[in-house]
Parts: sequence; structure tokens; C-alpha cells
Amino acid sequence: MFHSTPRRRTFAALTTSVALVAALAACSSPAAVSGGGEAAAAPGITDDTVTIGTHTPLTGPAAAGYSSISAATKAYFDYVNDQGGINGRTIEYLVKDDGYNPATTQTVVRELVQEDEVFAILNGLGTPTHTAVLDFLNQNEVPDLFVASGSTSWNQPEKYPWTFGFNADYVVEGAALAQYAEDQAPDATVCLLGQDDDFGDEFIEGAELVLGEGGLAHIERYSVSNQDVTAQIGAMQAAGCEINLLATINGFTALAVGTAAKLGWFPQWYSSSSGGDYPTLVGYLGEDLGPKLLQGFTSSNYLPFSPSGEWVALFQQINDEYNDGAPFTGNTVYGMSVGYLFAEALARAGEHPTRQGIVDAITSGDLVGNGIVPLAFSADIHAAYLGVGITTVDQGVQDFVGATYVLDGDTVEAVEPEDVPVENAGVPTGD
Amino acid sequence: MSETSVSETSVPEGASVPEASANQPLPAAVHPAAARAAAARPAVARRASTGRLLATALLLTALAIGGTFLLDPYRNYQLALVAATFCATGGLTLLIGLSGQLSLGHAALMAAGGYGYALAANAVTEAGVDGVPRFLIGMAGAIAASGALGLLLGLAGARLRGPYLAGVTLAVVIALPAVTAVFPSVFRGDQGVQIAYSGVPEFLKLVIVVEQWQAWVAILVTAVVVTWLAALRRGRLGLRMRAVHGDETAARLAGVPTRRVKVQAFAVSAVAAGTGGALLCFIAQSVSPGAYTLAYSLLLVVAVVVGGLGSLGGALAGAVVVVLLPWVIGTLTAALALPSDLEQRLSGNLPVLVFGALLIVVMAAWPGGLAGAVARVSTPARGFSRRVLAALGRSSTGGAPQPVASVSPVASVSPVASDPLAPVPAPPHPQSVPTESER
Repeated sequence: MFHSTPRRRTFAALTTSVALVAALAACSSPAAVSGGGEAAAAPGITDDTVTIGTHTPLTGPAAAGYSSISAATKAYFDYVNDQGGINGRTIEYLVKDDGYNPATTQTVVRELVQEDEVFAILNGLGTPTHTAVLDFLNQNEVPDLFVASGSTSWNQPEKYPWTFGFNADYVVEGAALAQYAEDQAPDATVCLLGQDDDFGDEFIEGAELVLGEGGLAHIERYSVSNQDVTAQIGAMQAAGCEINLLATINGFTALAVGTAAKLGWFPQWYSSSSGGDYPTLVGYLGEDLGPKLLQGFTSSNYLPFSPSGEWVALFQQINDEYNDGAPFTGNTVYGMSVGYLFAEALARAGEHPTRQGIVDAITSGDLVGNGIVPLAFSADIHAAYLGVGITTVDQGVQDFVGATYVLDGDTVEAVEPEDVPVENAGVPTGD
Repeated sequence: MSETSVSETSVPEGASVPEASANQPLPAAVHPAAARAAAARPAVARRASTGRLLATALLLTALAIGGTFLLDPYRNYQLALVAATFCATGGLTLLIGLSGQLSLGHAALMAAGGYGYALAANAVTEAGVDGVPRFLIGMAGAIAASGALGLLLGLAGARLRGPYLAGVTLAVVIALPAVTAVFPSVFRGDQGVQIAYSGVPEFLKLVIVVEQWQAWVAILVTAVVVTWLAALRRGRLGLRMRAVHGDETAARLAGVPTRRVKVQAFAVSAVAAGTGGALLCFIAQSVSPGAYTLAYSLLLVVAVVVGGLGSLGGALAGAVVVVLLPWVIGTLTAALALPSDLEQRLSGNLPVLVFGALLIVVMAAWPGGLAGAVARVSTPARGFSRRVLAALGRSSTGGAPQPVASVSPVASVSPVASDPLAPVPAPPHPQSVPTESER
């Protein structure tokens, strides 16, 4: 009995696995994967649709700050689709949750590229998460557009020709805020609180471009997994800091401001765009205390955020109509601006978009976007914005103060902001 | 005699004479069919069965490697993930099912393997080492790191029991993010450590794509680890682990060094988990604390319980469930065209819910896990299946959704030979004979 069963089982297992394998059959050989030559349409493109995808945290600790971005992008695409789409194609936007976990990012991005056969990855969120798929996307020549992170990693055209950033990078933001601090109060003691990863490192690098090596009087770092910055804030107070630069995400900006207030300390705060969104911060600090604590709060931004601007009016209207009237925050503007930039690139890629075609459209330097400084994209630069404007909060309204800085090599220059008018009701056309 | 009663009463006796020769009759805790077969076999069976173990391992590995040619890249990637997870569940099933030590911290051991691999590989990358040597050095780093942590936990485990050991291992997995944050220059905090990309070797570039290559590497490493686990399982350590699990005092009275056995079990299981973590790091090119949460740790335990405690085939089934279930659920919810905000809320949360439901259903229906269920299906129309059914029925009425640890007595003697999924179907233990009721 014993001797007969394993053989029969092995046979059964064999036949089962062969049947399973045959059912899934699709060869992995390089020739089969790369498809049969140029004649085939680009992946994700049909006569009337373009399918793209993203990875973003919808669950987990990072979801609270970021899950509204993809919803805003989707709302903008829904709006564009209702206006007839781009070159007659509607945009299908697949959003996959990666829980801000690089291992999951690998899985969902492969799923998007290999299972769902998306045309491009748009606005993949997070430095550690997106780093995990950089090689994969570039090896498979998938356009990796407008990554949602200010790391300088995305701007390596030689190594990663298919990857493009979206955020003004952290070096630019650090430099611009340090320059603004120096312009406002040349003799102030400037300190910095930064996240203990590339975000903090690159922000410090930027600030020291302006203030010089050792120009920051005191530097403190924090880790996202530890929700207590009392020690860091205490040390900064003891060091006599007057202006605190913040390389923090929104939750920790609020934590820093709140902790300092508890210690009876009210220095000036200069935050990066990633952690300086006023509506989000008020959400953390509360409706009654938030506006008081954030009076005079300074932050950088490169997207249209003036409450009086026509972009904000358009996005607010789209948000009400297509996003169930979700809270209108910096994330909403961010998500819709990403959608707009993609739509513009797609429109410029022509009637028959290909993967190479959309990359060519971006590197041509013809894209305008909707930022307050011109887009920097070219064959040699894969960063979107090399400059930022300065906003402050006054009486509960966050708006630009007019100071705008661009990082040119290692020097910071003050420039005039450029407003991009809304054309064709915010639906880009090919010309 | 039912399996339940076998595991409760006769394990220590069987183990109390570890030096017993293969043909010496002992009332050991075994599968009835296996017992009968073993009795019929001569003393050389052990050597022959080692040969068979290796042959089976080679055959199944070759089959798995061959199978990768028929899969598309994404499925090959999933296969690689399953293989890596199988390392961890294989080690865990041995630890819980055989030695009876519950670890809730196996994700931390996988992380130790991942960091060990990444740090070692990065160190030699700077020295200009590349390709296979780098991979092997990385693996050595993974084994050293996870083995060391496993040894420490094992030493604690030898002095602690049940909930207290579970508490210690739980603390390790919860402390992981803090450890990486305290030494940011080494572990790079929450961002984790990235490693250089290892692509397909030149001479294979025209034949396979990178996902298939990753699947090959994962399958080969996993084959080695699982064969090792299977050999240990049916060897002396496995027997001693069963003895310690059955009745620690009796085992000690019989001369089994219970502490050492427990430490060994933990270290072995840790190295297996660490190898799995190293493979995941190799595939994902990064390791970060966010990948090894408490939830993932608990998921591993659920996986081996659902698969069938103590059974390597069950561990494979558990690994498949861990990797594929979230994907299957995601595909289903996408097909249902739910409102987007509901879909957002479900994504990520629904798999956890389904895992919980699956655990309850499987435990209620087949307390022996999926491996036990397969045993039921694959041996119909035999007296044996009736007896298994009876045994399972009895134990399931006894307490179907039992706490994890207390399920193990049933499953620890889960029928090895009736496990078609087992990559290394371990032959029955030589020290075994039919008991009276199993004529």
C-alpha cells in the first residue's frame, strides 16, 4: 500500500502541475516578452483608451497624508474623460495600494506592468518605495512619469532614461528656504529639523549651499516610527534657534509646532512643501488652535496655490463634482496638477502615442505644466521644477508672498513667478 | 488508536530510546500507513530513504525550474515570492509543529536575514565583487545574522514557555523599527537598505528574463533549505523535537537534552526564515522595517496553521496562500467594479479579514490544516481514511477554533506520506511500528 501511493501521488501531482502550468502558459523568454516588433501598438493604448497605473499608500501609516493624492488625480482624469479625453482616448487610471512598503511596491508595479499592461506608471509615491522599482521600470522601458517624491534619484537621465520626477527636489527646497531666511533676517540663528532619511539629508545639503558648511546652528533628526519629538524640540530651544527649517512630512510638522508651543516656545517655522500644507496641518492641530499656532508659518510651494488663482478655482470645481467634495488641500492641487501634466504630455505625444513618443514629448522641453516656475525637463534634466515660491500663512490664508527662487547649479537666484493661464478649461490639446 | 491519542501519549515513549535501531519495535507517533510500511522494511531503509529524499528533492526542483519556462514573467515573480516565503513557513512549521515553541517574531528573523544579506552584499559590492560570489557572501551574511538572532531567542525560549516565549518573540518584531531607527547609519531607518541590482547572467540573457532568473535562484535556495529541513525533521532532531513537544518532563527523564533541542529547533527555524528574508531582499532589491510588521509575522503563523502544522507540504500551501491571496482578492474586487472609495478601504484590509475567516473555516473543517484535508481526499475508500476522518471529527468537536498553539498536538503528527504537495516527501520514520489498533 505504501509503495503504490507515493508513485500515484507523484503522478497526480505531476499531471496537476502540468495542467496548471499549461493553463497559465505564456512564455517568459525575452523574445516573447518584448513582443513582436514595432508594428504592435504600445501597451496600454487602444483606439479609445490609455491605461496607466500608480502605486501609493492607501493603507498603513503613510496613508493618512497621501491617499488623497491619487483620488484627486483620478477625479481630474474623470473630468478630462467627460470632456472627451485626450486625442479621443479616455484615461484609465489604476491605483494600487502598496502600504508604503517597498516589497509590496515591487509586487503591485509588476502587476501593473505585466498583468494590466499599463502604458506608463504615473506619480508612484515615496522615495524608498519607488527606489525598489526604478531598475525594473527602466529595464522594461516603461515610462516612469512624475514620481511623487523630491529625491534627486529621479533626475539621472543617463542611468534612468525612462524616469522623471515631479516635486521640486529637496535640495532646491532647502536652498530656497535658507535663502529666504537669509533675505528676511540675515543675523537670525537658523536651525533644522529633518527626517532621518534622504529627505533630511538632501534638505540639509540644499540649506548648506546657501548658509555654507556649518551655517546651520543646530540640526536635529527624527524617525517616522517614533511619534515624539520633545527631545529634538527641547534641544533646538536650548540652542537658541530663531528660524527652524523643517524637512518634515505634515504629521511631524504639526507635531513639531505643537510640541514647541507646549514648551512655551514660538520660533519661526520654514517648512518644505511636503510638510507645509496649511489645511492638512490645521486638521492635525485642530480648528481652534491651528490657525493661532500657524500664524506666519512659512513654506515653499511650486504649484498654483493662491486662493484667488484660476487653477485653484478650476480644481475646486472638479473636486466638488468628481471627488465627492473631499477636503480641498495641497494634496488635491498636487494630484490634479500631476494629472494635468500627464494629460499635456499625452496630448503632445500625438495621435498614436508610443512609450518612446511620450518620453520624447517630455524631454522636448515644450511642456508648460501649471507650476509657478517653468518646467525644467530636457534631454539632460529629468527634474520637473528647479525652483519654488515662498508662501506664508496670514489670518488663516496660505498664499505666495511673491518671493520665488530658482536653483541654478549651486547658486540660488530670485526670479519672478510665472503664472500659466488656464486654457481650454484645463484640458490640454496637442498644440 | 486515533492520531490524537498517539500524539498525546506515546511520543515520549518513542523518543525515550533515541538510539533505538530501526527494526526495534517502538510505539512511536506515526502515520498508521507509514508505520506498517516501516515495519515491512529492512534495516537499510534509512540509508535508502536518504537517497530517496535527495532524489525526490532533485526531481521536484527540476520540475519547478522547468515549470518556470511555461509561466509568464509576473507569475514567475510570484513563484519566486512563494519560494522565499516557503523558506520561512517551512522553518516555522517545524518549530511550532514539532518542537511546540510558538514564535510570533518570525518576520523579525526574516528581516534579520534580509538586513544580513543587504549589508554583506553592499559591503562586498564596494570591494568590487559581483555576481554569484556576491550572492553567496550575502547569503552567508543572512544566515549569520538570522542564526545569531535565532540562537539568542532560542536560549530565551529554552527557559520560557508558551505565552512567555510568544511574548518575547512578539517584542522582537515590534522593536524592529526602533532598532533600525536607533542605528540609522547602518540600517538607514524606515527607508531601509537598498542593494545593487543583480540581473540575469550574460550567458542566460537570450534565454530567460529577469523574473525567471529570480524564480530560479529562489527555487534553488529554497530546495536546499527545505531538503535540509526535511532531513532534520525525520532525523534524530525531529524525533527529539516531537518528544520535547509531547511531554518535556518525560523527555528529560528519558535523557533527551530538552533545552538544547529547543535551542537547536529555534536556530534552525531562524536560519530558514533568514534565508527566505534574504531571497525577498534579493528579489525586491531592498529591505526595510515596513516590510516586516507584526501583521506579517502573525500571517506567517496563520499560514502554517492553515497549511497544517508540522507538515512541509502544508508550509508550501501556507506560503502560496500568503503570496497569492491578496492578489486573488485584489483581482476579484477590481472585477466587481465597486465604488472607488469602498475599493480603497477594502484594498489592504480585505485580505486580512479573509485570512482570519480562512483560519476559522480550515480549523473547523480540517484541524490538520490543508495538508490534513488533502490526506482525506487523496486516500479514499481505505480503512485508513475512515480512521483519519474519525480522528479529525473527534478532535474538531473537541475544540475546533482552538488557539494556535494548542492545535499542534493533532497536526504535529500530520501524515507525512499523504502529502502530495510536499517537495520532499519525507519517508516514514524508521523507528516506528504499527500499534495495536492499526493492524
